[in-house]
Amino acid sequence: MPRLTIDDLKKLRDQRAGAIALRAGSARARVTIHMGTCGIAAGAREVMAALLKAIEDQGVTDVVVTTSGCAGLCSREPMATVEVRAQAPVKYVNLTPERIVQVFQRHVLGGEVVTDAALAAGCETTG
Amino acid sequence: MACRSHVLVCAGTGCVSCGSFELGTAIEAEIARRDLAGEVQVVRTGCQGFCAEGPVLIVQPDEVFYCGMKASDVPTLVEEHLLKGRPVRKLMYTPPAAPAPVPTLSQIPFFAKQKLVVLRNRGLIDPERIEDYIARDGYAALAKALGEMTPEQILTEIKLSGLRGRGGGGFPAGIKWATCRQAAIHRGVEPIVVCNADEGDPGAFMDRSIIESDPHAVIEGMVIGARAIGAKQGFVYIRHEYPIARERLTKALEQAREYGLLGRGILGTRFDFDISVVQGAGAFVCGESTALMASLEGKVGEPRAKYIHTVEYGYKNLPTNLNNVETWANVPLIIHRGAAWFTSMGTGDVSENPWNGSSGTKVFSLVGKVNNTGLIEVPMGITLREIIFDIGGGIPRGRAFKAVQTGGPSGGCLPASHLDMPVDFDSLTAAGSMMGSGGMIVMDDQTCMVDVARYFIAFLTEESCGKCIPCREGLRCSLDVLTRISEGKGEAGDIELLEEMGGVMQDACLCALGSSAPNPVISTLRYFREEYDAHVRDHRCPAGVCKALIHYEIDQAKCDGCHACVTACSTGAITGQVKYPHLLNQDLCIKCGACIDACKREAVLRA
Repeated sequence: MPRLTIDDLKKLRDQRAGAIALRAGSARARVTIHMGTCGIAAGAREVMAALLKAIEDQGVTDVVVTTSGCAGLCSREPMATVEVRAQAPVKYVNLTPERIVQVFQRHVLGGEVVTDAALAAGCETTG
Repeated sequence: MACRSHVLVCAGTGCVSCGSFELGTAIEAEIARRDLAGEVQVVRTGCQGFCAEGPVLIVQPDEVFYCGMKASDVPTLVEEHLLKGRPVRKLMYTPPAAPAPVPTLSQIPFFAKQKLVVLRNRGLIDPERIEDYIARDGYAALAKALGEMTPEQILTEIKLSGLRGRGGGGFPAGIKWATCRQAAIHRGVEPIVVCNADEGDPGAFMDRSIIESDPHAVIEGMVIGARAIGAKQGFVYIRHEYPIARERLTKALEQAREYGLLGRGILGTRFDFDISVVQGAGAFVCGESTALMASLEGKVGEPRAKYIHTVEYGYKNLPTNLNNVETWANVPLIIHRGAAWFTSMGTGDVSENPWNGSSGTKVFSLVGKVNNTGLIEVPMGITLREIIFDIGGGIPRGRAFKAVQTGGPSGGCLPASHLDMPVDFDSLTAAGSMMGSGGMIVMDDQTCMVDVARYFIAFLTEESCGKCIPCREGLRCSLDVLTRISEGKGEAGDIELLEEMGGVMQDACLCALGSSAPNPVISTLRYFREEYDAHVRDHRCPAGVCKALIHYEIDQAKCDGCHACVTACSTGAITGQVKYPHLLNQDLCIKCGACIDACKREAVLRA
């Protein structure tokens, strides 16, 4: 690594800030991939890999991807829940690597719900 | 591919000694086995503070806190949480008296009440990767200091922040820096900056943890200080008992040099500065500034009288500015975020004069009879009660709080009536204790205050360098008297003798080790005099600690002959047949108390 100047230092900071922001918990949206046995069997891991690659390719640093258990609707897996900050979560069903990238583009980045892939808005009541 | 999840495994000394290195390796192996290697990253961080529950780890971005982890828990953790996204409840933390485990950091009172400034990167970055520090705005303050500020502007900012020395004295850093700079200019010589990492107070580990979790913060602070003062050379004096801290610091210095943040032409400017690490041999007195500088020069670590200050004539007679680890670590944030932000935390109004209050936060190591032992950072002005009962989770086994010792061996013990006192430099001093470097030892009703005073005086007697007579002889004499009292051989006049000797030492000792050495005795006498009286007059130790004044008995009516005490006793002092009341032979008993702990029927009595 060459010796840094003040400008190099700023560039390096911007490059690296994303990975750390994930640890510090500051994100504009969270995508939860449902990883129950059913989801994994239906291809949830491939769906997640495609999503992670899309995030990386576009240099997005403030979107969190996390996993969760089976959402209960095993026949429509792989499923994902998209939560954009301050908006109701939306569940997507029958995902493929291509469709999750679409959802990422249009919903997470564009703010428009991809209705033909969406199951419903909102979350189940718990408690 | 960017990782979607990070497992932050604590690699502070506390957790390392509970096996956190092995734990991290086991998690990595399991992640690889599950084919998650590109998605989940294991990061080894500095101390996360909750040492009582080690080894601990945090899974981000879910913010789930796990504690007391064993290698056998790893497959469950990886499969359930990291693969399937189901946090594992049985591995989470359950606060004392809480009905169920709580999953996230923000729900755990231990973390929720803290204010992380100096420790902002703890548990978040890998201390061995400079890129992690830079990503969290590391060295941005240095860029600002070199690119946009003159040395005078840096000095003004530090002065306005009201930053006071975190090593014990509480001397305003801005005044110290300015005096050192003036002295160097006046004499036409190059000044020196030194970081004091010779942390020696029993039960204190703040500085070790700061270096272990964020070494670059200390380095950045020193470079900024050097720029303000005009120094080209700096030292970190670190004790040899801190191997992990020293290793991480050395690695961090190498990385900083490689990146052009140390050495010639820092950040492409014309400013040169470098830092060497010097190992101390573990003498307590070398934490004292003049003794430390003598040791740096390769001489015997003995203090000298300070009518000439070290900021004028210090290391090799050059103007030398010495600050402790935590003070240096505060500097980058003050420059980066401004003095006004810093003074928004703390007590008093420091805008005119830094002596008028305590701004910022303070790191404490919270130890002793408290549920959540560990490393905490709190805003100045928080009460002792909040620290001990909210963050610390109260006293174990529901026992009563008796006293808290602050400031290390030179500090004092404060009783329950002071629990609502704000914790800042001046309030603690007024109460007869001191801030010190931030050790905080909590004591319950089974602690004998005479024994506590004796312990600290014994420690200081060992550590006194012996150069001046009031310290060398005063301590030895105090220890003799205290030992006599705790053996039940105290006489009328002993307490007065202790008080008189304390006064002489406060007035006549050469350095702060000696002049503050009577504090443990004086403060316990001030708040717990009746306990001394009980020892001297009635030959009784109310807390049941001083061995010469207590004996154990077995209550024949309560003993059911379970034999548990017989197994626990290491000297064979207890005899008896199973199912028949046992007997204790006083001649063989060494009063270790193992039988009391073993007995389930409270049949062993201490009198």
